[in-house]
Amino acid sequence: MDKNLKILVVDDFATMRRIIKNLLRELGFMNVAEADDGLTALPKLKTGEFDLLITDWNMPGMTGIDLLKAVRADEKLAHLPVLMVTAEARRDQIVAAAQAGVNGYIIKPFTASTLQEKLEKIFERLKA
Amino acid sequence: MVQMETRSLEQRLEQARALVAALERGDVATADRVVDEIGRLREKQLFQELCQLTRQLHDALASFLADAQLAELAANDIPDARERLRYVITLTEQAATTTLNALDEMLPLVEGLEAKIQSLAGRWGKFLQREMSYREFRTLSGDLATFLQDASPKMETLRARLHEVLMAQSFQDLSGQIIRRVIGLVQQVETSLVELIRFSGQKGELRHPNPTSGDLAGRGPSVPGLDKGQIANQDEVDDLLSSLGF
Repeated sequence: MDKNLKILVVDDFATMRRIIKNLLRELGFMNVAEADDGLTALPKLKTGEFDLLITDWNMPGMTGIDLLKAVRADEKLAHLPVLMVTAEARRDQIVAAAQAGVNGYIIKPFTASTLQEKLEKIFERLKA
Repeated sequence: MVQMETRSLEQRLEQARALVAALERGDVATADRVVDEIGRLREKQLFQELCQLTRQLHDALASFLADAQLAELAANDIPDARERLRYVITLTEQAATTTLNALDEMLPLVEGLEAKIQSLAGRWGKFLQREMSYREFRTLSGDLATFLQDASPKMETLRARLHEVLMAQSFQDLSGQIIRRVIGLVQQVETSLVELIRFSGQKGELRHPNPTSGDLAGRGPSVPGLDKGQIANQDEVDDLLSSLGF
């Protein structure tokens, strides 16, 4: 995995953002920015400087699933890999996320190895 | 009802006739007795109405009490519970921040110590193998002394941060107590609402909304045994996604 990738972590809880950021740093990713919901994330993404989006589902303002849909609908962002890290674990939600074009889905609480595994899988697929 | 009225009418007519007959006969004692009987009949009806009124009053009072309790719950207890629950968020956030801060401080310390120990262990091995010049050994000896001196305050820091992590766990107790209190309130509200529904005479069945139907709005973490249509763990998520061609 290219450790210079720029990653945007979107979660309304600062604690969870920090945990994900820490885990990413442990995996060697130092280039990480944060946003607290879809509405603040979208303008950041539109600058085009991010290589990966990690987002929660349940957030005020704009939810993760809406953010995912907005990303896929944006011509420039359509191919941005999106990893969902969320406590939402209903079958229909996971199916909906898949249909909206999510690249990976992790349910909370999760471990560092799950995060690493999913990231590796996403980048393997991108290369293929 | 009509029958009863007819009967009481006939009864009264009979009593009236008996009264007139007694008076015509000049039988004052019988006349008085008939008048008393008529009075008793009226009293009995009055009692029945009074009973009915009393029951209505009782019901009204009871439902009023239920209303008053609900009003009290709505006006004071629920906003109070809301504040308490907000405080739970604050408590848990504080605990997480304290722990993460301690981690931020400890991790670089541990990494630094680890690197130093590795380098010193390598050189010490070289010394034991007698592959070290006297000059090299003197430097190693100096480095070892510095390391031992430096390590001690670092250990102090680690211990202090670990203690902070330990103390931060008290949030579980505090938030647990608050949440338990709010659960009690929810129970009270439930009882009052059920009473209110009972008094208002609506015996309609309580409908349970179907949790899997409809919107995709986020609901937060699933609770084991409560949420239906939930996926239990990451493996199931992976299975589901791979079944969808992921």
